[in-house]
Amino acid sequence: MGRTLYEKIWEKHAVVEVQNQPSLLYIDLHLVHEVTSPQAFEGLRIKNRKVRRPDLTVATMDHSIPTTDRSLPFKDQVAKKQVDALAKNCREFGIQLFDLDSRNQGIVHVIAPELGLTQPGMTIVCGDSHTSTHGAFGALAFGIGTSEVEHVLATQTLKQFKSKTLAINIHGTLPQGTTAKDLILSIIGKYGHDFATGFVVEYRGEAIRNLTMEERMTICNMSIEMGARAGLIQPDEKTFNYLKGKQAVPDGMEWEEALAEWKKYYTDEDAEFDLTADFNAAEIIPQVTWGTNPGQVAGITEVIPLMEDLPASQIGPAKKALKYMGLQPGAPITEIGINKVFIGSCTNSRIEDLRKAAKIVNGYKVAEHVEALVVPGSQLVKMLAEAEGLDQIFISAGFQWREAGCSMCLGMNEDLVLPEERCASTSNRNFEGRQGRNARTHLVSPEMAAAAAIAGRFIDVREWPVKYNKEVGVQ
Amino acid sequence: MSGFKTLQGKAAALDRANVDTDQIIPKQFLKRIEKTGFGQYLFYDWRFTKDGLPNPEFELNKEENLGAPILIANENFGCGSSREHAPWALGDYGFKVIIAPSFADIFHQNCLKNGLLPITLPAETVEYLLKCAKSQPYELKVDLQNQVIEDEHSFSVSFSINDYWKKMLINGWDEIEITLQLESSISNFEEKLLAVQ
Repeated sequence: MGRTLYEKIWEKHAVVEVQNQPSLLYIDLHLVHEVTSPQAFEGLRIKNRKVRRPDLTVATMDHSIPTTDRSLPFKDQVAKKQVDALAKNCREFGIQLFDLDSRNQGIVHVIAPELGLTQPGMTIVCGDSHTSTHGAFGALAFGIGTSEVEHVLATQTLKQFKSKTLAINIHGTLPQGTTAKDLILSIIGKYGHDFATGFVVEYRGEAIRNLTMEERMTICNMSIEMGARAGLIQPDEKTFNYLKGKQAVPDGMEWEEALAEWKKYYTDEDAEFDLTADFNAAEIIPQVTWGTNPGQVAGITEVIPLMEDLPASQIGPAKKALKYMGLQPGAPITEIGINKVFIGSCTNSRIEDLRKAAKIVNGYKVAEHVEALVVPGSQLVKMLAEAEGLDQIFISAGFQWREAGCSMCLGMNEDLVLPEERCASTSNRNFEGRQGRNARTHLVSPEMAAAAAIAGRFIDVREWPVKYNKEVGVQ
Repeated sequence: MSGFKTLQGKAAALDRANVDTDQIIPKQFLKRIEKTGFGQYLFYDWRFTKDGLPNPEFELNKEENLGAPILIANENFGCGSSREHAPWALGDYGFKVIIAPSFADIFHQNCLKNGLLPITLPAETVEYLLKCAKSQPYELKVDLQNQVIEDEHSFSVSFSINDYWKKMLINGWDEIEITLQLESSISNFEEKLLAVQ
């Protein structure tokens, strides 16, 4: 019988396999950041252990850092201590670090692909659940806890039980005005935000093949939001073209060898998945979450569901979510007004995201009562956007243009949504308190966030700017 | 890490689905670089009012639940972020066992690595336990060796756990130490990898 992409990567990396025990899996790339690593390094020190392969380990600072002027001192001394600890640990254990002064600094899941560190067929781990992002390249990539970070640092391996496999076949093409973000939110909305727990998902089908690499990263990024261990997409010509010429990617003869190796990573035609689901991309519309998990989502032309229309098991959580969100069942999505807009995060902060958002914003002004932020995913994205003049489009519209980091996605720094404020956010989690205590988060695509910033409420981006112009009386 | 064999104690009910790790330990407490002291921040936004006072409405603040080492939770417990600060906070607060109909993957793994026993039981069984723990002071006995949970009355249920994890928990072994014993396998693997490239 044929093998799936997941099984091929697994078999290549299995160091030791024993029946009924977790396998020992070799890790090709270990990404490290300041929040989930200090206790792991401390563990090594206590036991007098070394980092086995500092050359396969790369660190950056992204979660707790300010996104304002980098020349100013940290306001938050606890965050400063954490960032300093990472710098010290990297020095002591010989690990490459992209610190706040580096042009390669950025969100860990943005920088590894753009530097070409992420490659097909690899195993990649990081103490961060959105490590699933790298699956867009056909790499087995998943988030781990700090104990596992320590284990990988010390042994370059990880103990893992094999996951079940789930194929999501996505047919058709995305309609005009919809995005990869709308697609993944629609899928989570349809199947529920824990339906893939225990599985590694492979996204397949025409709709996936048609996506750019950055769009594929958006899809794989949110695999964890349906509970999946990892998300995978088979590498193809788009993958190889994206990687060609990137800093960490080999060239010349070695490029040909790498390419030959990468082409081995696909699911055989006769391979079998433990579970298969089908999804039609052609019918989706722009999505807006209304609740406190990513599965509580509706289309822009729809209303917040009536409780009687929900399955019995979802009524309790929906009531609780609406109470927190300050919303009523049956209310149209387009009537939800917002105070904050966040364009950023490892889901949607890459150059294509910024280009699309800038296109919407160009020539308009952010609504008076709205505070809007653009936080590029990396310094490289920021520099590229500035070279293209995107920063000026955002700034003239009234957006704040920030330095790279995780920022308001989780509000570990000063970028917070205040109590009962409502934020249109391009991030990945709308959990209670995620962006700040009692903050109300609505997950959307960059285009939808940009349009919401101008209109001050959610608006159907498919009709942008015609309908908006008519409403406000612009010719 | 000390080993885990049996445990008898109060069981507290937290009857909420999809409790994510952002709830278990909010992000403002993730900047600490120590592994200890997270218990005081457990469920912070639920446990304390915005003035920092204990919220009398919150389940775990009720008199009968104080000091409980067993938490009965609902489905998809621990979803979201991979932060190990979540099991550190639960353990530091005093929990040793969490019973739920389902757990999120990474959280489940993180618990086992910190001597915290996550037990998955059928939804009806958890519903029964939640009802018991909500209506009266309720004690459970968790026997990991024999994989059985009992109350002081007639309730008894067996649970499953992978033998590997059972052994690791009972003995309180250091997983890294065990892997380091496979050093020659890892080195051979690396040589093989290099030879191919």
